[in-house]
Amino acid sequence: MAVPANVETTFLFGRLTLDAIPKDPIVWATFVVVAIGGAALVWALTKYRLWGYLWHEWFTSVDHKKIGIMYMVLGLIMLVRGFADAIMMRLQQALAFGGSEGYLNAHHYDQIFTAHGVIMIFFVAMPFVTGIMNYLVPLQIGARDVSFPFLNNFSFWMTAGGAIIVMASLFLGEFAQTGWLAFPPLSGLHKSPYVGVDYYIWGLQVAGVGTTLSGINLLVTILKMRAPGMTMMKMPIFTWTSFCTNILIVASFPVLTATLVLLTLDRYVGTNFFTNDLGGNPMMYINLIWIWGHPEVYILILPLFGVFSEVTSTFSGKRLFGYTSMVYATVCITVLSYLVWLHHFFTMGSGASVNSFFGITTMIISIPTGAKIFNWLFTMYQGRVRFELPMMWTIAFMLTFTVGGMTGVLLAVPPADFVLHNSLFLIAHFHNVIIGGVLFGSFAAINFWWPKAFGFQLNQFWGKVSFWFWVVGFWVAFMPLYVLGLMGVTRRMRVFDDPSLQIWFIIAGLGAVMIAIGIAAMFVQFGVSIWKRNENRDLTGDPWNGRTLEWATSSPPAHYNFAFTPVVHGLDAYADMKDAGAARGRGKYLPIHMPRYTGAGVILAGLSTVCGMALIWYVWWLAALSFIALVGYAIYHTFNYDRDYYVPAEEVRLTEEAHARQMAQGA
Amino acid sequence: MSTPSTQPAAYWEVEPHHHEDGASTNIGFWVYLMSDCLMFAVLFATFGVLHGSYAAGPGPKELFDLELVALNTAFLLFSSITYGFAMLCMARDDQRGTLRWLGITLVFGLLFLAVELYEFHHLIHLGAGPQRSAFLSSFFALVGTHGLHVAFGSIWLVTLMVQVNRKGLIPANKRRLSCLSLFWHFLDVIWIGVFTLVYLMGMI
Repeated sequence: MAVPANVETTFLFGRLTLDAIPKDPIVWATFVVVAIGGAALVWALTKYRLWGYLWHEWFTSVDHKKIGIMYMVLGLIMLVRGFADAIMMRLQQALAFGGSEGYLNAHHYDQIFTAHGVIMIFFVAMPFVTGIMNYLVPLQIGARDVSFPFLNNFSFWMTAGGAIIVMASLFLGEFAQTGWLAFPPLSGLHKSPYVGVDYYIWGLQVAGVGTTLSGINLLVTILKMRAPGMTMMKMPIFTWTSFCTNILIVASFPVLTATLVLLTLDRYVGTNFFTNDLGGNPMMYINLIWIWGHPEVYILILPLFGVFSEVTSTFSGKRLFGYTSMVYATVCITVLSYLVWLHHFFTMGSGASVNSFFGITTMIISIPTGAKIFNWLFTMYQGRVRFELPMMWTIAFMLTFTVGGMTGVLLAVPPADFVLHNSLFLIAHFHNVIIGGVLFGSFAAINFWWPKAFGFQLNQFWGKVSFWFWVVGFWVAFMPLYVLGLMGVTRRMRVFDDPSLQIWFIIAGLGAVMIAIGIAAMFVQFGVSIWKRNENRDLTGDPWNGRTLEWATSSPPAHYNFAFTPVVHGLDAYADMKDAGAARGRGKYLPIHMPRYTGAGVILAGLSTVCGMALIWYVWWLAALSFIALVGYAIYHTFNYDRDYYVPAEEVRLTEEAHARQMAQGA
Repeated sequence: MSTPSTQPAAYWEVEPHHHEDGASTNIGFWVYLMSDCLMFAVLFATFGVLHGSYAAGPGPKELFDLELVALNTAFLLFSSITYGFAMLCMARDDQRGTLRWLGITLVFGLLFLAVELYEFHHLIHLGAGPQRSAFLSSFFALVGTHGLHVAFGSIWLVTLMVQVNRKGLIPANKRRLSCLSLFWHFLDVIWIGVFTLVYLMGMI
């Protein structure tokens, strides 16, 4: 292998030595806390004999609902890690004035801002979005599972494997110090010789395989598994936005994979794609990665637009205003998202004509997005709006996201962008849309569908505490960054000279503390709700007077979702059923064809994770071994033809009758 | 149109109905191929940007041997035809014929790989390895990725031959054979692009 000659490696451990253990006391303290927490968790799982339960009921599950919930758990865990990075940055920037170096050295600080971005996008926002789609799409289209249930399980574990690789960098070696997109030549071998960028590459590659496969899976599910009568223009709007999102995933993640492969070749083989000499072209990386990166932001936001649409229509007690225009707006955004990537680097020097083109396409995107906002407002107009938690998050989104969208249009003007490029104004803008859109949307979704997933409602009081701290905290934390950005402060700075800036960073830090309380209150909300679950049971399966098919099932739904296949006649299929007095199917129960659970996904993803770790540390024998095992096991798995079974009619009958009794009790 | 109905049956399908096994597999595999195609698109675009970046090193005219490439192209195109014959045998439920044509396809695939490896070896021997210039980096990445696909396709082909031999031409195996068929022809299409853009246009 053409690895840099000056790196000392041993056969057995590659370049892994005892020096790889970080000496930073902050990392040590984190390690101790994580180790104690982990040991306590292992102890508890062992004491209450939960390992078998977890393995048989969850880890090996091919049930889209359980996989969806596992994605959400992954996202929540990683949210805590990503937020810890955020608050450390806020503290550093609030302190490092007047000759103070703050409390983080440059090496550590640079890893923190990189890890924060990578984790929040790939391991918080993506799992939330994928989890919500996984849980809901089959239910909304009246299907019993996704098209490829085993692939679904495998995709989840690949995402989890990527998260494990990124987390491992905290205690073994280092993470990248390059910013979340790892631009060369900084991410090349000369400027980043150690393991940081390799952790980045392999973490994202392993997770990226999962994302692409899950995109294919959901796309085909929506195309092929819709209930009879559900034509494309009768699909629930969330399913439509999921459909467009999965098109974007399938049509953009391969670009990320290929781009990272080229960076890998530069680092491992010594090629010259993005180097400064022998003909390499670093700007090509920046073009390629943003050809993935811009569709990616729409991958994140589109499903949440769907969530807001469902929430607004349900809690206004009306059909969604302008369904057709909503669909076309979504499709327009899907197409336009491929025509704007260059606005991330107007400063490249591509000339006035090119910059104008991309500036204008960027501004055009705000038109379908604005149409959506008006559709939501008109849905609320003359409706009986119920201000439950999902609706509160939706209104907070509309206010917050509109401001974020407008600052985005400002940045789309190339001359303005030359001033604001890479400033804190940009940071404020994208947090404004990602927090205000993706996170608020995910929280709306959690509050909305939690009773469906678990059979009891979430606690209102703690939900409201979380809501107000989050929303107010967001504004307090990010408005100062707009101000600082306009004053010319660039992103990713560790220390500052001008003392007049400090007050803004202190205000932003206070906002971050409020968000911390908001996150804590959300976990309290979950805890209290689980503790008092018997007081908040949802026996009907339809706690919000819902309009789409997921509410036609029990809460939580039976593992086969529907005993009878629903037949769809129009939009809001379940609202139609209720109007017709046909909320439940009646007839003779039949055996149901379902996929079997399998541990193959865990094993394959585990081998991929080991292979990634071995490649990071140059442990070639282990990389080769785990790769051969990966291919071998995949082939072995294809020899298993026995992958499905029938749920006996008797079991279906008992489950459905139990649900009917429960409904009678709740009514 | 929603018809006002008092019969719940209109909203629920209570009669048994049959779902064809693996009805989604073909379209799923198509979508996968399109995503794979995008990876190649990136590699083609990269080659397009870097194809003149010789860094004072050798260019295509000094390096490529068109006759060898023509031979290699012939191997790959013939392997597509023979795979087609295998599919025709499959349609007639002729298991032995299917296996025979799959075997011939495999031989062509391996010949293609052998020639490609020889070419790579020869280039590296000349000092024109992937590290020499951005042009050569993008050449090796594009052609090498295609070669890797053929190599994995060959492993898959052997696996399917074993499975057809064991279980016969059952519906699951037919489905698998038609997926590999799509994959194999897809690699042919990519190769046409490689042959034209990299080799032929390089010689102009």
